[in-house]
Amino acid sequence: MITIKGLEKWFEQLHVLKGIDLIVNPSEVVVIIGASGSGKSTLLRCINFLEKFQKGEVFIEGKAVNQQDEKMINEMRSHVGMVFQHFNLFPHMSVLHNVIEGPTQVKGMGKEEAIEIGRYYLDKVGLIDKENAYPSMLSGGQKQRVAIARALAMEPSAILFDEPTSALDPELVGEVLLVMKNLAKDGMTMVIVTHEMGFAREVADRVVYMDEGVIVEQGTPKQVFDLPQKERTQSFLSRVR
Amino acid sequence: MTYDFRALIDFFPYFLPAAWLTIVVSFFGIALGAVLGLLTAFARISSKPVFNLPSRFYIFVIRGTPLLLQILFLYYSLRSIFNFEAMTSAIVALGVHNGAYIAEIFRGAIQSIAVGQMEAARSLGMTYRKAMVRIVLPQAFKRAIPSLGNQFIIALKDSSLASAITIKELLLKAQQLGASNFKMMEMLTIAAFFYLFYTSIFTWLFHKIETKLSVSGSA
Ligand SMILES: Nc1ncnc2c1ncn2[C@@H]1O[C@H](COP(=O)(O)OP(=O)(O)OP(=O)(O)O)[C@@H](O)[C@H]1O
Ligand SMILES: [Mg+2]
Repeated sequence: MITIKGLEKWFEQLHVLKGIDLIVNPSEVVVIIGASGSGKSTLLRCINFLEKFQKGEVFIEGKAVNQQDEKMINEMRSHVGMVFQHFNLFPHMSVLHNVIEGPTQVKGMGKEEAIEIGRYYLDKVGLIDKENAYPSMLSGGQKQRVAIARALAMEPSAILFDEPTSALDPELVGEVLLVMKNLAKDGMTMVIVTHEMGFAREVADRVVYMDEGVIVEQGTPKQVFDLPQKERTQSFLSRVR
Repeated sequence: MTYDFRALIDFFPYFLPAAWLTIVVSFFGIALGAVLGLLTAFARISSKPVFNLPSRFYIFVIRGTPLLLQILFLYYSLRSIFNFEAMTSAIVALGVHNGAYIAEIFRGAIQSIAVGQMEAARSLGMTYRKAMVRIVLPQAFKRAIPSLGNQFIIALKDSSLASAITIKELLLKAQQLGASNFKMMEMLTIAAFFYLFYTSIFTWLFHKIETKLSVSGSA
């Protein structure tokens, strides 16, 4: 589904990603963990070409994406959704309008069909009764669920999540994680950056531990959490527990 | 010297053509400024030097020199090159001057609509242009409204500087009448009345727009 080969990224002098190789298979849930500044967000943003990288390649659905080709990038983005830490809903549009904006404006879908799809996904995230509300009227947890519905309405083949719950009050984290668990159950391909270790253990097919721009270790949650092989992984896990 | 209240009423009608001229110069000057400002704002945030550098130079020159100098400069140069009338020159000068300030207002508003909004739109697969038009600009316009209102009021008052190039707007009219009837204070009072009237209307209008916009879909 997503294949990353030899990805390297610099911010000016700062070498942030130092050769990342990663394959995400269809319907797989990959959770990326690691210390702050290790390059997790940057990796996610490179997969969606929100950041340009200097070396390596990213393949989406088997196709190598050319970073210079805006058209190709836009096409690719409509297949790979993204959910942000700070939701980034469109504040001047209603909840339903937020959700159908992608299908109507990017896919050129008719309004009626888009509304039908939009309502279907709003129902999925449990917010069908909020379709006329504006983002400012929602709680953080509800905002993030709308953002997930917005990504889903594009009917992508994978969704990237960058710390979807870390801007939320603790009591609102659960409702968002529940929606994500259901997505995993439905077979959605997901790449999730998170600090929620319990959640990672529960839904991840594979856990990837990153440090200083490299993948140090990866494996099933059992392998990584219970029997970490590398010393760096062990010391990270002992710090976050 | 006594202040002649009667003169305020007696001479009031003589100001009407000048009051109209002030409106015309201001309106077209502001309209031209708004168009120039929006275009310059886009050029200014562009990463391409062909757009970026000229827009920065334009803003640098306009903000670094007095409006009166700009009016005189454009008046003499446009007259000798294109044979423009004073009126046209005044509108162009006011437009060019305000364009630079309005550009900075738009630029600030566009950039303050956090990068996040652009990224969210792009991550859905929208083109830069579409994301700009549908997501960023509607929010940026709304955010720019108070500053724009302020700039429009400044532009309206600045139109008085067109008196320097013989435009018989309110200020020049007041000076000319005052010089002949020796009631300078009274004539300036009438001109002041018109300016206050105009700026009040502007303030009221922008207040209306602001409240209207904040009701429908607040951030
Ligand atoms: N736009 C940028 N310009 C310059 N440096 C950046 C930029 N974005 C990130 N960096 C740097 O790149 C490194 C990796 O950042 P990144 O955001 O990918 O880390 P992260 O693993 O997501 O951390 P966190 O857990 O805090 O979100 C950091 O040192 C950061 O300061
Ligand atoms: Mg991050």
